[in-house]
Amino acid sequence: MNAILQPQTHFHKVDYKPKDFKDEKTPAFWCAGCGHYGVLTGLLRALSELGVDPNHLVSVSGIGCSSRLPYFVNSYKMHTLHGRAGPVATGVHLARPDLAVVVSGGDGDGFSIGGGHMPHLARKNINITYILMDNHVYGLTKGQCSPTSREEMKAAVTPYGGMEEPLDPILYMLTYGATYVAQAFAGNAKLGAKLIKEGMEHNGFAFINLLSQCPSFNELDTAVSFRNACDEVPDSHDISDRNAAMQAVSKAKQEGRIPTGLLYKVERPALHERMAELVNRVGGSKDYDLRKIIDLARP
Amino acid sequence: MQGTTKNDLIIRIGGEGGEGVISVGDFITLACARAGLDVYTFKTFPAEIKGGYAMYQVRASTEHVYNQGDIFDVLCAFNGEAYNNNRAFLRPGTAIVYDSPSDFTPDIPEGVHAYPIPMTQTAKELNNPRAKNMVAMGALSVLFNIPIESLREVLTTKFARKGDEVVQGNLKALERGRELAAALKKTDPWAIGTPKSKQEVIVMSGNNAIGLGAIIAGLDFFSAYPITPATEVAIYVAKHLPKRGGTLIQAEDEIASISQVLGASYAGKKAMTSTSGPGLSLMSEMLGMAFMAELPCVVVDVQRGGPSTGLPTKHEQSDLFLAIHGGHGDAGRIVLSVENVQDCIDLTVEAFNLAEKYQCPVLLLSDGSLAFSTQSVPYPNPDSYKLVERKRWDGEGEYQRYKFTADGISPMADPGTPGGMHIATGLEHSETGLPSYASANHEAMQAKRFDKLKNVVNDLAPAEVDGNGAADLGLIAWGSTIGVVREALQRLRAEGYKVKGFYPKLLNPLPAQQFEDFGASCKRLLLPEVNFQGQLAHFVRAETSLRPESYTICGGMPFTPEMIVNKVKEILA
Repeated sequence: MNAILQPQTHFHKVDYKPKDFKDEKTPAFWCAGCGHYGVLTGLLRALSELGVDPNHLVSVSGIGCSSRLPYFVNSYKMHTLHGRAGPVATGVHLARPDLAVVVSGGDGDGFSIGGGHMPHLARKNINITYILMDNHVYGLTKGQCSPTSREEMKAAVTPYGGMEEPLDPILYMLTYGATYVAQAFAGNAKLGAKLIKEGMEHNGFAFINLLSQCPSFNELDTAVSFRNACDEVPDSHDISDRNAAMQAVSKAKQEGRIPTGLLYKVERPALHERMAELVNRVGGSKDYDLRKIIDLARP
Repeated sequence: MQGTTKNDLIIRIGGEGGEGVISVGDFITLACARAGLDVYTFKTFPAEIKGGYAMYQVRASTEHVYNQGDIFDVLCAFNGEAYNNNRAFLRPGTAIVYDSPSDFTPDIPEGVHAYPIPMTQTAKELNNPRAKNMVAMGALSVLFNIPIESLREVLTTKFARKGDEVVQGNLKALERGRELAAALKKTDPWAIGTPKSKQEVIVMSGNNAIGLGAIIAGLDFFSAYPITPATEVAIYVAKHLPKRGGTLIQAEDEIASISQVLGASYAGKKAMTSTSGPGLSLMSEMLGMAFMAELPCVVVDVQRGGPSTGLPTKHEQSDLFLAIHGGHGDAGRIVLSVENVQDCIDLTVEAFNLAEKYQCPVLLLSDGSLAFSTQSVPYPNPDSYKLVERKRWDGEGEYQRYKFTADGISPMADPGTPGGMHIATGLEHSETGLPSYASANHEAMQAKRFDKLKNVVNDLAPAEVDGNGAADLGLIAWGSTIGVVREALQRLRAEGYKVKGFYPKLLNPLPAQQFEDFGASCKRLLLPEVNFQGQLAHFVRAETSLRPESYTICGGMPFTPEMIVNKVKEILA
């Protein structure tokens, strides 16, 4: 089989500090105290540790506060439409499997308007890293309930309190077949960086849920409450056991706790590898004689 | 036996879906094309998954065929339903070949030539009940001079992979059908003429030809979601794109397919999706982003009957409004439409060239009847196509993705290009790509994105004018309706009418001056199209001084030349 270029080709190419991965033209402009700064810090640190050549890095986002993140990163980037970062990133990656592709976006972007795409990123094992910046609220539109909002949240469109059960992104991604599933509090940039780095090194779809406080529109989930609720999974946690991961999350939820760290990881061929194998099987190449294809339409 | 040779013969085969109606049609089509005849087919099939009435019509001629024709000369009915569905179209002189004994006894109208053939019974006698269609085909070949050597060759080739037993079984049924027909007295005048010359041809459906055109154009990445009647494009591409090292993915919905296409385009690749009206509706938002972020992409819309779920398997030309203006905000795009299978190859290549050159979405409109119509076209020389690549940054100076240039086209930089880092965003942006909401900037950027499209008209051959001099009536047509108008005009001219045709393939930006020039040579204008509102007529009235009369139908079927002829006569009476 022909060697296919992998994103890892462009790792360890530069010796940059985290700040060198900051786009100096656009400083981050979230609200003071926003948890997203922690996500950015973690990401920049991961990129630095990976030494990824920024020319071969593509940051992709949808719409929302968190979707502004690519602007702040020194890379090629796409700021696309609400909910569509996943499929756009899929296109970038499948067209150019050598590029390192990182998606960032919010809970509404990923699990409400873009919810239809999430199963397919996971089950197809698209080799991209998806960072969910989960603050349990719509911030850019100034405070409405999101699919991960607590049921009791009073927000702009739920002035009498919410009425809907929140979903758990981690349980969904485990069910959908993601091959790398991790979670951390965004304020723990050290853990965030570690998980993002490992996620980018992982060959397949890596999903990292970073719980991020919104000091402007979500009073229920603060930096302190997130930090206090997080428990890093013990060393005894078996990351290869999907049921164990689900049980750990479900049990923690019942107790009002949030399990963090790497929850699940499995090796499975990524879609681009299967596609490369197919091209190989049919002897495909740019030089394949077009006449051989046209001849098939002779009567 | 030999009938009066007719240069142009139309045979319709009807029966229950699954009875082999489609295979018989395909075999006859391929055999005729192989023998050097020009072929044009027309099919309808039920939206249901299994069963229902299926119809396949083959028009074969020694001359070039432009459309499916008026009505069949020969009907081959596999069952009572096929007969009843077509009973109203039988005219004195029509020949009908039908299964007998069977579940029906046709009441043959006066003047119709009837040939009962025991199709079902013979196939059973041969212990090969599935070969009923081969018995019918054998009979047809004798009665109407279908090139038998070619037919045997095609049949042998197509069944080869099923083994010699299957080939022999089918050949046997074919020969038995020939014997049965030879024993009958031929009373009708129909027989296919002898081809003049044998040209190298291929036979393709519109959908397959679009797939081929895309591959010739250098397609790298294809994403689509299944939808009637466009799925065949994806099926063709799925089979052949990997041979060229390209990537195909079936997306979870049409929003995902156009999103993936734009991602691939940003990554520097030629990318495309194909869909039908409902899918195009879903893509509207992302097409706005493609215009805004100046990302090349090709979107094929094989139109079907609408609105909403509409008539999924039927023919209509009703997505022009959506193609040109669908989506929010002020967004532009290039819209092309194809007339026939040849166009499906050539204009698909052109669509890629325009997308690459102008860095915007190019929509290619096909339609339900062309989707499945197989036609013979000259063997295309893949080296004869001029292929255009997007203008890429030369690496000089500081890179600005959306730099203002004289022609409005700003060089692109593929990811991986050192110094070319930039953002593609749906937000209004400055030359750097960074958001800018300044009013002067928005006005300048909108002008940049729209003004560059003014040159598109110069990249394509001018719209064809059919006929010379002054005309009492000029017909403007688009899509597969053009082929119908061509033949109608030939007939009308033969009767002394002063009529002309105008056949634009570029529908947006509308080549207004070409319309004006054509209009100036005609006393009146008629615009036949298969939709209720008269969609192209609407744009012509809006963008030119012309006031064409609309002639619209929307019954799920294309026009026939006869309908156009009659309408013209009525207008000029």
